[in-house]
Amino acid sequence: MLTSSLVLGAAGGGFNSGDILFQLVTFIILLALLKKFAWGPLMGIMKQREEHIAGEISAAEQSRGEAKQLLEEQRTLLKEARTEAQGLIENAKKQGDVQREEIMALARAEADRLKESAKLEIEQQKEQAVAAIREQVASLSVLIASKVIEKELTAADQEKLINEYIQEAGEGR
Amino acid sequence: MHHEAPLREFMGLTFNLSNVLMITIASLIVFIIAVLSTRSLAMKPTGIQNFFEWVMDFVKGIINSTMDWKDGGRFHILGITLIMYIFVCNMLGLPFGITYDGTLWWKSPTADPVITLTLATMVVGLSHYYGVKLKGVKEYGRDFVRPMWFLFPLKLIEEFANTLTLGLRLYGNIYAGEILLTLLAGSLATGVGGHLAAVIPMLAWQGFSIFVGAIQAFIFTMLTMVYLAHKVSHDH
Repeated sequence: MLTSSLVLGAAGGGFNSGDILFQLVTFIILLALLKKFAWGPLMGIMKQREEHIAGEISAAEQSRGEAKQLLEEQRTLLKEARTEAQGLIENAKKQGDVQREEIMALARAEADRLKESAKLEIEQQKEQAVAAIREQVASLSVLIASKVIEKELTAADQEKLINEYIQEAGEGR
Repeated sequence: MHHEAPLREFMGLTFNLSNVLMITIASLIVFIIAVLSTRSLAMKPTGIQNFFEWVMDFVKGIINSTMDWKDGGRFHILGITLIMYIFVCNMLGLPFGITYDGTLWWKSPTADPVITLTLATMVVGLSHYYGVKLKGVKEYGRDFVRPMWFLFPLKLIEEFANTLTLGLRLYGNIYAGEILLTLLAGSLATGVGGHLAAVIPMLAWQGFSIFVGAIQAFIFTMLTMVYLAHKVSHDH
């Protein structure tokens, strides 16, 4: 029967002293081989992983600290930049005001100067015109007078006039 | 029912060739499994590497539960090898047994008291060796008269009792399991109906034997570490 040839039985009798030796030697060989080929490398990689993880953790901590520091730095820089920008704007505003005042004063002065010179010129022109008119009036009146005199003055009258003038001129002196 | 063991005399020693064969096979299986599963090691473990790392951590847990890792780290490899080897030995006799010409060839090597007692003696011997090595002869000797001097005989008996119980516990469990399997297979399975009737108890008992084999491997390793800790640790 198949099963009866495949059954288990009790261990045989007798003291098998050789087995002791064989078991011991085999186990020690197995121990040495496994240490060299299996457990050693496995332990190595586990230790390596442990170190790797520890290293990664410390690196992460370090970079976190660095990031925090950088953030703080950036924050201060931002604040500084903001105050600086504020100051710049203020300055620019002030400068703009000053410049505006200057420009306006300049413009006003220029305008005044222009007005003044225009007035002066107008006065001059007026005077010139008046002088010219006066001259013309004088010559015209002389002309008119000479025309009138030519027509009505007789020799006797002329004589009399000349004398009067001479008289007057002598008295005036 | 009772099969002969293939005994041979060689250089004044008696060899049970069945044991020799099974010890070799068990060692080869352990070695091949261990080497194959640790061929491609990676920082990110996958598959079988995960399993073996779990075994390593498991044995590490056993050691840590009994002694300081500073003392116990040196027994890590011993523990892993013991638990793997004994587990494989226990499993070998489960699926079938092979008899040839009335002699039993294929069985669990741990179903032989000589084998288990050899392992037990080796463990106890190691514990004495490391006791002397780590604590010195004086401290080691003083441990025998602690806490009272008149406990010395008990301490002496304890050493032998430890060895015997460690070996015979393993042997008894595995041997009993195989005996029952033999009975089920041999006595019950007589004819088609008997075969069918034997299937269910066989399945149940084989399942239970796997459990027992695993537990016994664990207990053997655990007790090994306890005895070693008893000898090497300083605080008691």
